[in-house]
Amino acid sequence: MSDTVMDKGFFAPKGGSKIMEWLFTTDHKRIGMLYLWAILIFFSVGVCLGLALRLELFAPGPTIMTQQAFNAIFTLHGVVMIFLVVIPSIPAAFGNIFLPLQLGAEDVAFPRLNMFSFWLYIVGGGIALTSLFTAGGAPDTGWTFYVPFSSISTTNVSVAVLGVFVLGFSSILTGLNFIVTIHRMRAEGMTWLRMPLFPWALYATAWIQVLATPILSITVLLIAIERLLGMGIFDPARGGDPLLYQHLFWIYSHPAVYIMILPAMGVISDIIPVFCRKPIFGYKTIIGSSLAIAFAGSLVWAHHMFVSGMSDTAVMVFSFLTFIVAVPSAVKVFNWLSTMYKGSIRPEPPLIFALGFIFLFAMGGITGLVLGSAGTDMHVHDTYFVVGHFHFVIFGGTGMGLFASMHYWFPKIYGRMYNKRIATWSAIIIIAGINGLYFPMYLLGLAGMPRRYYDYLPQYTDLHQLSTYGSWITAMGLVLMFWNLWHGRKHGRVVGKNPWGAATLEWTLPSPPPTHNFDEDPIVTHGPYHYDGLIPEEDAVNESEGDK
Amino acid sequence: MHTTDTIKDTEHHGPSYTLFVIIWAILLVLTGVTVYAAEIDLGFLNVVMALSIATIKASLVTFIFMHLKYENLTFKIMVLMAFAILSIFIGLTFFDTAYRVAV
Repeated sequence: MSDTVMDKGFFAPKGGSKIMEWLFTTDHKRIGMLYLWAILIFFSVGVCLGLALRLELFAPGPTIMTQQAFNAIFTLHGVVMIFLVVIPSIPAAFGNIFLPLQLGAEDVAFPRLNMFSFWLYIVGGGIALTSLFTAGGAPDTGWTFYVPFSSISTTNVSVAVLGVFVLGFSSILTGLNFIVTIHRMRAEGMTWLRMPLFPWALYATAWIQVLATPILSITVLLIAIERLLGMGIFDPARGGDPLLYQHLFWIYSHPAVYIMILPAMGVISDIIPVFCRKPIFGYKTIIGSSLAIAFAGSLVWAHHMFVSGMSDTAVMVFSFLTFIVAVPSAVKVFNWLSTMYKGSIRPEPPLIFALGFIFLFAMGGITGLVLGSAGTDMHVHDTYFVVGHFHFVIFGGTGMGLFASMHYWFPKIYGRMYNKRIATWSAIIIIAGINGLYFPMYLLGLAGMPRRYYDYLPQYTDLHQLSTYGSWITAMGLVLMFWNLWHGRKHGRVVGKNPWGAATLEWTLPSPPPTHNFDEDPIVTHGPYHYDGLIPEEDAVNESEGDK
Repeated sequence: MHTTDTIKDTEHHGPSYTLFVIIWAILLVLTGVTVYAAEIDLGFLNVVMALSIATIKASLVTFIFMHLKYENLTFKIMVLMAFAILSIFIGLTFFDTAYRVAV
């Protein structure tokens, strides 16, 4: 089957140097692919670092690395995963490829700016990784770079922070590009309320990127002003306020969590109706909840600082505001479940990943309330409970959202289908692995195990070992999943335009889509979840395979 | 390229050179006022005065030089939103700094 002649679409060489035409492309689909590959490479680096940390913690006392190496590796794991993988993941890769296609546009609004964003991302990533190998060694402050330690650490904090500064600009420009694209580039008939929920989620995300990311840049500039000009901003000895750093850092970094999760929620909202053959339940409510999460999520940053010594009034205000965010998040989960109710469910791999998302995100979200409530947070602050919560939300949420996107749009990008049985098994192994890896962390946290510690008391050994076993299961699932996709892109079964029977515009194009996207400007006459007359091509395939 | 938003590009009437020069002169005068005001001690009002003049100058630049005045409502709302969010960020931070108890 693999030798069937296919149209290569946007992959087709344009003549000239193949490397140059990819590196300097302004085609949103190629830029999205460049992001995707770069993100997956950084992801594998981050996974290896995480596995090394778990291996170190397999037994009390030193095992495979020194204390300094441990501090550097958990910092690097955080910086790589957050700034190079999770923040750009879905918007920069799949947003770039599919936002214009879903809107019926020929490209994003500013294609050259898009290329510039990608290059800022690569340069920023390069600078961040340079901090590892230059004088001073890898930073050991944790990804939060808290003062005063970050100002006295002799490691290469400045270089890593500069990398983060550059990466911030990449994120801002991508957000700006998406806002303008959504406002200006929609096809005829693509009204705001006919837009699929993925563009809506990207829209909410883009506003956070544009409004919150500059604060990170300002914070970094303030650090530079303090160091170079000797002005007291964060240093109390010079009249500064160390808590101001935490405020400024979290004013960006908390909304950044929603930059991470909202696009994944958008993908899930697009996938679930397709595989249940039913319009999404509460379309407008999901839009409203995305915007509400983006807004309310920007007002809750100080819940990271309940034990920092800030005023009790602030503790109460921010604890209250935090609970407000739980409402729109729960609205989404209930809407997804209601969409599935009485649906004609097809358990294809993207849906399995999406269900994994709902389960794991719910585990992370509900434990978030334990942390958002100031009273209980006092007990579990800075313990493994926080680590468990964060990884359930981000790996179980955004990670599963990314994997769901990869499996959902794979046939559109490559025009081929991966092995669905292996994909389903890999999803199950990853979901089991994530539970094994992070659930023991909740128990460790409740038992008082502090985060970021190199060593621990013997009574924590069993749970730490359980968590490390979980990390191996997760890694096996990831290897299986990536191998399956890698193999499928060249040797998979050739599929048609619309294997899943989806109703959004990208599925009206050939797979892979041509460089210019649409031959004729599409005219949209119905909503994105209108499945009348659309029969999934995969149904016939599944049936014939079932007969064998 | 097609769009569903109302674009009124053709209806834009950019500001004239005369207006640019007048605004420039006003900005220069306001700079002078800032320098002059810095020499008078108004107590707490020092900061209020300096920020008020700066706000007027920034608004003139945004509305005239950056053409916000001639753009449609969507852009005005977007810019306003950025300022609103900024004031909320600063305002909420005061729940901490204004209510701290000296230890």
